[in-house]
Amino acid sequence: MKNQSVSSNIDWITVAIYTVLVVIGWMNIYSADMTTNSEYYLDFNQNYGKQLIFICLNVVLIIVILTIDSKFYEKFSSVIFGASLVLLLGLFVFGKTIAGQRCWYAIGSMTLQPSEFAKAATALALAKYLSDSQVNLKNIKHQILALLIIALPILLILPQPDPGSALIFIMFILVLNREGLPSWYLWTGFIAAILFVMTLVIKPQYVILIAFIGIALHYLKSRRINRNIIASTIVLVLMSGFVFSVDYVFENVFKQHHRDRFNILLGKDVDMDGIGYNTNQSEIAIGSGGWIGKGFLEGTQTKGNFVPEQHTDYIFTTVGEEWGFVGSLVLVLLFVGLILRVLYLAENQKTKFSRVYGYGVAAVLFTHFFVNISMVVGIFPTIGVPLPFMSYGGSSLWGFTILLFIFIKMDANKVNEW
Amino acid sequence: MRKLLLPGIVIVAGILIIARLFFLQIIDDTFKLKSENISIKIKYDYPERGYIYDRNGELMVANQPSYDIMVVPREIKKIDTVEFCTLLNITKEDFVKKIEKAVVYSPMLPSVFLGQLNKLEYAAFQEKERKFEGFYIQKRSLRDYQLNAGANVFGFITQANEAIVAKNPYYKSGDLLGKQGVEETYEVELRGTKGVKHIQRNRFNQEIGPYKEGKYDTIALQGKDITLTIDAELQKYGEALMKNKRGGIIAIEPSTGEILCLVTAPSYDPAILVGRQRSRNYTKLYNDSLAKPLYDRSLLAEYPPGSPFKILTALAGLQSQVIDTSSSFVCNRGFSYGRGRFMGCHCGGGVRKLHMGIAKSCNAYFGNTYLRTINKYTNTAEGVDAWSAHLKSFGMGQFMGYDLPTGRRGKIPTSETYKKMYPNGGWRATATVSNSIGQGEVLMTPIQLANMMAIVANEGYYYTPHIIKKIKGQNIDVKFRTKHVTTIDKKYFKPVIEGLAEVFKTGTAYFLKVDGMEICGKTGTADNFARVNGKQVMLKPHSVFVAFAPKKNPKIAIAVLVENGGYGSTVAGPITTLMLEKYINKKVLMKDREKRVLETSLQGEYNRFSKKYLDSMYRVKVRKDSILRVINAKKLDSIKKIKPTT
Repeated sequence: MKNQSVSSNIDWITVAIYTVLVVIGWMNIYSADMTTNSEYYLDFNQNYGKQLIFICLNVVLIIVILTIDSKFYEKFSSVIFGASLVLLLGLFVFGKTIAGQRCWYAIGSMTLQPSEFAKAATALALAKYLSDSQVNLKNIKHQILALLIIALPILLILPQPDPGSALIFIMFILVLNREGLPSWYLWTGFIAAILFVMTLVIKPQYVILIAFIGIALHYLKSRRINRNIIASTIVLVLMSGFVFSVDYVFENVFKQHHRDRFNILLGKDVDMDGIGYNTNQSEIAIGSGGWIGKGFLEGTQTKGNFVPEQHTDYIFTTVGEEWGFVGSLVLVLLFVGLILRVLYLAENQKTKFSRVYGYGVAAVLFTHFFVNISMVVGIFPTIGVPLPFMSYGGSSLWGFTILLFIFIKMDANKVNEW
Repeated sequence: MRKLLLPGIVIVAGILIIARLFFLQIIDDTFKLKSENISIKIKYDYPERGYIYDRNGELMVANQPSYDIMVVPREIKKIDTVEFCTLLNITKEDFVKKIEKAVVYSPMLPSVFLGQLNKLEYAAFQEKERKFEGFYIQKRSLRDYQLNAGANVFGFITQANEAIVAKNPYYKSGDLLGKQGVEETYEVELRGTKGVKHIQRNRFNQEIGPYKEGKYDTIALQGKDITLTIDAELQKYGEALMKNKRGGIIAIEPSTGEILCLVTAPSYDPAILVGRQRSRNYTKLYNDSLAKPLYDRSLLAEYPPGSPFKILTALAGLQSQVIDTSSSFVCNRGFSYGRGRFMGCHCGGGVRKLHMGIAKSCNAYFGNTYLRTINKYTNTAEGVDAWSAHLKSFGMGQFMGYDLPTGRRGKIPTSETYKKMYPNGGWRATATVSNSIGQGEVLMTPIQLANMMAIVANEGYYYTPHIIKKIKGQNIDVKFRTKHVTTIDKKYFKPVIEGLAEVFKTGTAYFLKVDGMEICGKTGTADNFARVNGKQVMLKPHSVFVAFAPKKNPKIAIAVLVENGGYGSTVAGPITTLMLEKYINKKVLMKDREKRVLETSLQGEYNRFSKKYLDSMYRVKVRKDSILRVINAKKLDSIKKIKPTT
């Protein structure tokens, strides 16, 4: 049993979806590259050529991951996590600044982005910590420690500044929630997010009024004895405080370009040639796709190079333009399918370690997928996160591959667990 | 529950994204439209502007090619700067400066590197153009004027500004279009239609190729050549005669309404508004508020017409049957009317009938005629309106509908005018008697005066004056081929024409006779006041002359006005006869007269009265302004009075 070949236990559905996504990604990078009088032969100086090299190296990476004993990841998770923190810390000294963000290491002509690898490391560390039978997330001390594991990389990534990557780590809270973190953490976060958006759309006074009505209704409806007027009042005061501080932070602490990003999304100031350019262009490109798109290599917006960063964060625009609604739908379903599949596999793990890790993988993939595509289709502010497996870039491709395949390895190995 | 939370979120998020995609891609098609707009750039191909010919087929306005070297800084590759500079004969510093300027404008969009090369430079550069990537030659077509005259007739070419672009979507910023003169009126015909090329471009404005193999492209349509009714020789001659004077000459062919010349003075050489100096020169012309060279006096200047108006007074009187050719009035070097009021007259006095009344320009005769015309009606208001209706049938007091973009209505008073002036009523015909001799409330533009003479020459009808004779491939507007008949019967013109002929025999212009030509004309001297320091001062009057010739089968009707020229017969008269000679005989025999006119300069007069003159130009306006000022001052006073008490 123990020496059974790895391949027979691998979840081929996951691998198939992964492969399809990588191939689609590469095709669209190719299309995005074919802009100005490009000749149709393989050019390794072009993005699509480089991405092909990354994909080939990826295969090697996958083989290595699958070969390593799955216990290795559990045993060395702390070391891996520590190493990734050191790498993030090292950026402050050795990091290379690209487009104002100091989040790359330059190795020759290549650049590596350690935050892409830190995601897998954090997921491992979290899994390791939570799988300890002593740890109970009902315990406040353990809650704090678990949150600290998430907070450490965030604290190192935020000042780079890379709010997009930091946001991904926050979503590890979903994992904690699954493992028994009290629900009010999530609810607080959720209500805070809603209040945040409402404050930006309407005046803070009205937000508080609405909150007051909501709490009052809740208070009157609850027929139980514990009509706790003091608790309700405290909640309202906290909410008011939050709303006003959001208003204050937004107006006084945020830089103009941050404000702009939100304002565009909320339809407040629409400046199509300035800050709103990216979103507007990507909406135009996607919107022009129609039902079935303009066809592979036929996208006028793609060919015209109108969408900035089209091969990286905005790769989805090419799909939208050239493959239309049908193609976009298929892609969205592939992602949703992959994430649900990973969740399904995670729930069926025999060890808590691999379950938590699988959950972490799903959370990371989901956040990337949702934040990226929401941004591209204009329902989320412009936050630069890559689309997993598809966006151009070695670091992100390898980062996601490592993340996913460690889990595939664990899953393949679950028959050996008891 | 906890197990289902994340899967639930994933599914909801997936649905949300799909819904958004459905909206973007299927429901809302504004994005599709935007996509077409941005990635497909439209490039225009400008056709050559149509030529302008005179009535005899003489080419007046053509085009000259002009070559600009354009640069797209971003596309500049390594070039041999020394060779480049030598070729264009510029220094290296120039080169650097110009490139920097272009970069400031835009590194990606083309801007003019060096404007208006001559043909030699162009040829030399063209040969090596391919060596200088990032530079290319843009051919433009500029106006090339064949004569130094007619600036006001032609107008000029300018670049479309934002206001024009907003009003007319045909024009894009920077397009050339005609302004003033026939360039404006016949802009659509002259400019042709620009061709459109759809070129697929990327975000950096780099061209990728034609969009859909040029399926939507159109070819430029050449502008049409037009022929004007202007006689280039007459126009030139008129401008020469008006040198150092201010005023206008307008001549009309009575049988067709064709404008033979349209002179305004001072004017300018149309060539100075072409090319690189255009903007600077235009500003200079525009800012010359004294001479106002851009102000077309032949169309825009409203003057009290003076004595030529007596022709209309006579015709209205005859038509109303209050006088006939034998009616006579006594002139006591003027005549008394109303309560002790007196209108002076220079005719010499005596008993005047129509014939000599016109010839001698007798104020008393026409004053009486006017009073009889009005007083034929027991109600003065009715009388004035009946009189006014006759004048309006001559095209007075209204835009005449000619095909030039500027104009003024002039002014013919009606009973309404006087009801406003005398709100308490009680005004009589005598209050308006100045109208009889072309003063009072009457204002006319030179083109109205010329048209009046055309009507007299035609004995009662006219065609709307126009300047277009032929547009290649299309008919001229039907309104220029429609006869307008006046309210005066043909028979009443005969005695008036006889009187006008007498003017050159024994009348006010007897010394302006031209051998072998029977001219019918009328002198005019328009009094001219200015307000100087609040006092009304009389300036040297405007010299007016109207005429048509020959008496039998008239070929030309003309009006000449010279500002502050004095009596009608001194300056405007000689100019008129010279113009008639020039047009009818094609040569001028009255060489002495010609020499005298050419040498006459009124510049001294204008300089002396420059301030007063300015006021007189706006006499009507100034009056209104001063009234307003008084009202405002009163208001201010009353405000001031209130203030201290509070």
